[in-house]
Amino acid sequence: MTVLAIRGGHLIDPSAGVDAPRDILLKDGRVAEIASPGKLKLPEGAEVLDATGLMVAPGLVDIHVHLREPGQGYKETIATGTAAAAAGGFTSVAAMPNTTPVNDTPEITRWMQSPERHASARVFPIAAATRASKGEVLNDYAALKSAGAVAVTDDGHPILKDSVMREVLAAAARVGLSVIQHAEDTRMTQGASMNLGPVSFRLGLRGMPPEAESNLVERDIRLITELRESRAHLHVAHTSTAAALAAVRQARRSGLRVTCEVAPHHFLLTEEHVGLYNTNAKMNPPLRSAADRDAMIEGILDGVVDAIATDHAPHATHEKEVEFEHAPNGITGLETALGLSLRWLHREWKMPLGRVLSLLSAQPAALLNLKGRGTLAVGSFADVVVFDPKAEWTYRATESKSKAKNTPFDGWTMLGKVRWTVSEGRVVYNAAQSEERVWIDAPPVGRELI
Amino acid sequence: MNPAATSVRRQLNPPPVPASPFPYNPGSLLSVMDLSVESVSRLLARTTALENEDPLVRDRILAKRRIALLFYESSTRTRTSFELAAKSLGADTTLVSSLSSSIEKGESLKDTGLTLRALGAEAIILRHSSSGAAWLLEAETRLPVINAGDGMHEHPTQALLDLRTILAHLRPGTAPVNAETLAGVTVSIVGDILHSRVARSNMLLLPRLGARVLLCGPKELLPELAAQAGPGIAIERDFEAAVRQSQAIMMLRIQAERLAGLQLDLEEYKTSYQLTGQRLAALAPTAIVMHPGPIIRGLEITAGVADGVQSTILEQITNGVAIRMAVVERALLAARQGGRA
Ligand SMILES: [Zn+2]
Repeated sequence: MTVLAIRGGHLIDPSAGVDAPRDILLKDGRVAEIASPGKLKLPEGAEVLDATGLMVAPGLVDIHVHLREPGQGYKETIATGTAAAAAGGFTSVAAMPNTTPVNDTPEITRWMQSPERHASARVFPIAAATRASKGEVLNDYAALKSAGAVAVTDDGHPILKDSVMREVLAAAARVGLSVIQHAEDTRMTQGASMNLGPVSFRLGLRGMPPEAESNLVERDIRLITELRESRAHLHVAHTSTAAALAAVRQARRSGLRVTCEVAPHHFLLTEEHVGLYNTNAKMNPPLRSAADRDAMIEGILDGVVDAIATDHAPHATHEKEVEFEHAPNGITGLETALGLSLRWLHREWKMPLGRVLSLLSAQPAALLNLKGRGTLAVGSFADVVVFDPKAEWTYRATESKSKAKNTPFDGWTMLGKVRWTVSEGRVVYNAAQSEERVWIDAPPVGRELI
Repeated sequence: MNPAATSVRRQLNPPPVPASPFPYNPGSLLSVMDLSVESVSRLLARTTALENEDPLVRDRILAKRRIALLFYESSTRTRTSFELAAKSLGADTTLVSSLSSSIEKGESLKDTGLTLRALGAEAIILRHSSSGAAWLLEAETRLPVINAGDGMHEHPTQALLDLRTILAHLRPGTAPVNAETLAGVTVSIVGDILHSRVARSNMLLLPRLGARVLLCGPKELLPELAAQAGPGIAIERDFEAAVRQSQAIMMLRIQAERLAGLQLDLEEYKTSYQLTGQRLAALAPTAIVMHPGPIIRGLEITAGVADGVQSTILEQITNGVAIRMAVVERALLAARQGGRA
């Protein structure tokens, strides 16, 4: 097994409370040793990365991506999606089940994790909560969990029936899985393609009221309150409205297991960024009002937001080159999350670097109980991102590792350039040789953490 | 709210909204917002000049230039108006409509646009059921695109012909026009504002010439946030109060095809919003009564009012051909004069 040393860098590992110059030794896919600068004893044949002047942090964790396989390989494959992840500093990605067919079986769950997918980052499937995500019949959560699923959701097809959602929360709690809800009361969003507000009126587009999100979050919180004894965990995906965030905040104060994530586009952009029908600014939930956007920033700064997740949603170019109301929802996000978070949350809004990184690694890993991820404590997985925190660069969608180019951040200035990404001890992204493709091995099933 | 959170909010300096790249082609008319007040004034002047021009001279202005009319929605009025306007300048027009077999099943708007360009079309006049379709077509073809109505969004030539009609009655002989020309004029737009591209183009154009626009209709057809669409726009739910304040009353039809499940009691609607001879005589005996058509006699307007002396409905149609001559001419000559803007 390979041995890799990263020397000369500044280690920042929020969950371990480390923020100091440290050298780090990675062995057999794990973190073997952390030492003061120059104090590592290098074994024979160890490969060395010189991280002088660079930050060394836990590999990033994105708990909301769409990798489109099985079935929609023309948009993205697990190989291309995880290559984009690696380029963006991510070593763990949780993949949504809205594939073709829907991932509602242990077979598909295992298929997604097979080494034949040639993934450059560890893929954690999130299985469908109900059969074919139709919101009616529950799947076998125990079987899905033992196949590797880390949560259940019907992302994109919110579970509207109270009785079904209650059952989902209870059943998931019994096997220790989280329930992720895409909160949208679809009865209120028929035919709508952006946020309901002055901009949708001006553009002549049907709008999604913010209440479509907050009503469902409130409903789910009501259900989880009833299930308090079961320790059910509700995670609100891509929170976009001030009202939904307020509901989460309130639930947390009451001691409920309710968490939430916010996507970079929701803390940076507003409905005004739709401009004149830019389909690369169309996603669901949609870009909201400035007040909602500001509430997302505040929620991140004051800690009610548990994770930054990209909702990476690749689409083929021709699918987006259509009338706005006919364009599919979603934008890519894996390659821009770190650069945007550092540029805006850290530099502009003065959030400490460690806290920004924690929202992109330790916290999301803890939220989905991804053991040994999002930390560089000795014994954890050798998932590392090495980046230059001072480097400013311009994102070019045409240079994306993703198959898709549907991003509103093309041409934006990013802060913090990934130099290397190491996944389970293997360099899966090297900015100096970014054309090279490196895959990781089969999932380390059964290998207990130290 | 705690003071820390408030201070955070005040310091936020979020990413700016990028400037719009539209229109790509200086000849395009996608929105009334593409036109400055000076360009509106120039278009109006040119309209009058073209109208007064010897037809045989006018016929040579765009001789043999190729214009495609791409109509995804049937509209006899608008299509004929554009066709007559283009032909009276000597242009060759070709109609591609969803009713004919020309628009291939499933072919994208982008591909249809590129095909028309490859066939030699120098400008495209587009009518489409999706809001924003004209922007897509322009971005993909970079040809001059004239928006002849996109979904519920805009219908800029309708607003221009409405403006010409208003000016003829309320400011006769005024040329050129400027930001104060319609100061003191109140125009009420009444009815199904939510689904109306005519309403949107008018409410964005008329205030820039000084007019006050009153929007009037029931909540289902006129959301409160319509007043935020631009400056100079206000909502007046009381129809009679709106009529009383107006020098021009623009009646709109109910767009049953876009109601999408909305239940509307038509009898109640008539009681509240129908423009009748009685109301007109009592509240606005000198105002002009406008309607973009098609009219539903006996619903939003009585036959008597539609045919009455205050009605400008037929005049609007005549103004349409005139305005569209100037807009079509601009489409093909602006590119040449303006170069690559
Ligand atoms: Zn979603």
